[in-house]
Amino acid sequence: MKFKWVVLSSIFTIFTLLTGCEPLMVLDPKGPQAKTQADDIILSIILMSVIVIVVFAMLVYMLIKFRASKQSKDYEPPHIKGSLLVEAVCVGIPVLIVIFLSVMSVKSNYEVESTPKGYENKKPLIIYASSSNWKWHFSYPEENIETVNYLYIPTDRPIEFKLYSYGPITSFWIPQLGGQKYAMSDMVNTLHLAADVPGEFMGRNANFSGKGFAENTFNVEAMPKDEFEEWVEEVKETAKPLTEEKFDELLKPGHLGQSTYTGTHLGFMPPPEGEHGGHNHSSNDSEKASANDSNESETEAHQNH
Amino acid sequence: MDFFSRFAVPHPSPAIYASMVAIGLTVIAVIAGLTYFKKWGYLWREWLTTVDHKRIGIMYLISALIMLFRGGADAIMMRAQLAVPENKLLDAQHYNEIFSTHGVVMIIFMAMPFIMALMNFVVPLQIGARDVAFPRLNALSFWLFFAGAMLLNISFVVGGSPDAGWTSYFPLAGNEFSESVGTNYYMFALQISGLGTLMTGINMITTILKMRAPGMTMMKMPMFTWSSLVANIIIVFAFPVLTVALLMGTMDRLFATNFFTTSNGGMDMLWANLFWVWGHPEVYILILPAFGIYSEIISTFSKRNLYGYKSMVGSMVIISLLSFLVWTHHFFTMGQGALTNSIFSITTMAIAVPTGVKIFNWLFTLWKGKIVITTPMLYSILFLPTFTIGGVTGVMLAMSAADYQYHNTMFLVAHFHMVIIPGVVFAMLAGLTYYWPKMFGFMLNEKIGKIAAWVISISTLVAFMPMFFSGLDGQARRMYTYSESTGFGIWNMISFIGAFGMAIGFALIVYNIYYSTRYASRDIGSDPWDARSLEWATHNPVPEYNFAIIPQVESSEGLWDAKKKGHVLFKGDYEKIHMPNNSGVPFIMGAIFFAWGFSFVFGLWIPGILTTIGIFVCMALRSFEKDHGRYISVKEIEETETKMRGAK
Repeated sequence: MKFKWVVLSSIFTIFTLLTGCEPLMVLDPKGPQAKTQADDIILSIILMSVIVIVVFAMLVYMLIKFRASKQSKDYEPPHIKGSLLVEAVCVGIPVLIVIFLSVMSVKSNYEVESTPKGYENKKPLIIYASSSNWKWHFSYPEENIETVNYLYIPTDRPIEFKLYSYGPITSFWIPQLGGQKYAMSDMVNTLHLAADVPGEFMGRNANFSGKGFAENTFNVEAMPKDEFEEWVEEVKETAKPLTEEKFDELLKPGHLGQSTYTGTHLGFMPPPEGEHGGHNHSSNDSEKASANDSNESETEAHQNH
Repeated sequence: MDFFSRFAVPHPSPAIYASMVAIGLTVIAVIAGLTYFKKWGYLWREWLTTVDHKRIGIMYLISALIMLFRGGADAIMMRAQLAVPENKLLDAQHYNEIFSTHGVVMIIFMAMPFIMALMNFVVPLQIGARDVAFPRLNALSFWLFFAGAMLLNISFVVGGSPDAGWTSYFPLAGNEFSESVGTNYYMFALQISGLGTLMTGINMITTILKMRAPGMTMMKMPMFTWSSLVANIIIVFAFPVLTVALLMGTMDRLFATNFFTTSNGGMDMLWANLFWVWGHPEVYILILPAFGIYSEIISTFSKRNLYGYKSMVGSMVIISLLSFLVWTHHFFTMGQGALTNSIFSITTMAIAVPTGVKIFNWLFTLWKGKIVITTPMLYSILFLPTFTIGGVTGVMLAMSAADYQYHNTMFLVAHFHMVIIPGVVFAMLAGLTYYWPKMFGFMLNEKIGKIAAWVISISTLVAFMPMFFSGLDGQARRMYTYSESTGFGIWNMISFIGAFGMAIGFALIVYNIYYSTRYASRDIGSDPWDARSLEWATHNPVPEYNFAIIPQVESSEGLWDAKKKGHVLFKGDYEKIHMPNNSGVPFIMGAIFFAWGFSFVFGLWIPGILTTIGIFVCMALRSFEKDHGRYISVKEIEETETKMRGAK
């Protein structure tokens, strides 16, 4: 176990040095989901490096040992068909590695698809994140406020993002909090994230969506619970209400700065959830019932279309 | 007159006007040159109407090399734009068109014809056949590919290039978000060349199954033939999916159906599914023949038989099956849930096992060998470590939870370039150098060739390794610019230097062709590499009929056994040889298909209908045609053979 940490930290140091003393974003996690993913990545880098080194070493050995210039003129290479033992090893070891990685992969996938570890008992904050060319709209139904192109979140509380789009497929990504997921116009995806520590993080659309794609970014700020609540109160007191006309205006293609509103667009323009999304036509009663309490209901329902 | 406004360049820039002028001048120069040297008749008789698999192979090769430079120019422009933060060299629209066409050109119009070139040229020779099973269909395949390639290539000067990425995800690729005709070009160019590929698939499978020399059982086929067989079987299963997907996409764009759009129940994920059900097997269509080439070369220059022949065949068959079970890994992040992701994560990783078997078998082929490092061998040796890096990062990407972080980033871009460039491009360059004497009767210069191989492979590492880091640092792909504060600048600058190095490497290959054409010796015999399989048992360059007498073989290394064990390959006397006649119809059909595609791109319905009729007329004419081919007399064969042997 100790050895593992030595290797991990030394690899981490190398990465850090390589990037000029600033760790690569994905390998500098600030939340449990990103942590799971970063651990997976580091572990797979180590395992894969071993394979690369084995192949390199074998290649160098063969090239040094069996170069024509190193051998007598009349040397005739033998006819070798193959060997069951050698091939069993060549299949066996990769199979073991793949089995190990598969177990890891499946385990972590279930982890990142559910409420973050250590946050199971806390009530998640639900935020609807919808993209339009080339902006992000964040609706906080619980707080009844909405922001454009920036996101304030409390630390120490799981966040449940509901992702969808008013246009091309986009991908919601905050590297330091966790990997991305697609936002599409005909279904709502759920992404579970959480921030362990306060800080400012980069968020962006990672999926190409046309001309304004490069600038399709947003700022994320994680802050302690009190500060977050203060901010919500302040927004409620100072921000203008979000009207239907205003929202239509926001949806027009183009870039916008950051802005804040009271109220959300969820009322007059519901997200493509459940029966509203043209997608879920076949949903039956049992699905409807489960749609309310289970996080995975959306994704499951969408597999059935 | 609405459509005339669409002919104009929608995103004009000095570079595009300059290209227009350059294209115009080149066309005039070619026409003038052909007329001046009175080569029109030669061109028509010997090349445009040919049904000879070797000449078709060479035409594929020339097209592939030209497209390599077209796609390479796109790549250089992209890397130059990203080399420094907030660069103003290209605007967003221009950049989007460039990366979309770069992808399409490199996969469909460079890598595909490159493997088609080698398959066409080598497979019939390797199995001791006189031609492919359907020579005229083969010519049609080529001209359809060529029509598709030209259609995509005129897009940037007439009407605008596709700008929704080479994957063309809907709804972005729909009319609502891609208004220009660019995506129409994409749909028709891929459709036309895809039909050609499907025909090649059927043609090659038939050739390999039915036309092998006496004695060559399935398990005695050389490895390149095996890899071609497997790749063509994948083609026959995968390409119909592309045909249907493109047809549905075309309907959405031209006839307002709603298969993939967001209104009226269209499903954007359906496009992603159909595209990758074709797209992932496509990767193996490219890589398996490349593996075949490496097997031939590594065994030839280790002076040893291929280690683990049976497991090499077995692993290819397993890869071909798995290639159809992994497509969903392209959209792990689409929200299909942990269960689906887990299944596809495992099937994807499973591919690493048979691929690993192949890597280790090549390493063991070197074992106890007598390794001679020639240019083709150098490419193969450089391929092993670089491809391994690309391959293991593929395993990393296959871990679905981690893929949430890699997806759509430069990490992914680095991975697939590190797989496709060493895997496919190196193999094709190795194959080009290896088979050059068979094609043209002289060898490429070894010294220049080796320098080029080193320059290209080192530059590949310089260009793509930094992307692993910038990807993990949060650089998404397809961003036309980024701000200084992101810190991506340094990585992208290194990448640009690498890209520039690759350009130098490819220029060296062109120089090598020029240099060797002028100075290389024509007196090289029929087997300059001391090779092992049948294609080297006939003259250099190969006579029209390939083999004066059909060879009889007893192993997968017919020529080697003839040289070492005294097997007799050619038994009996010359007999007259039946050959197919040349035909202008495939070329004409290619031209009509080009006009057909162009008409539909711009919604010109009358020419569209006329060309559709034209296509069916060509097919009808063929069905009434009585063409039984011709015979090459024994006297002619004797003359050719004496002349060829004299040239030794």
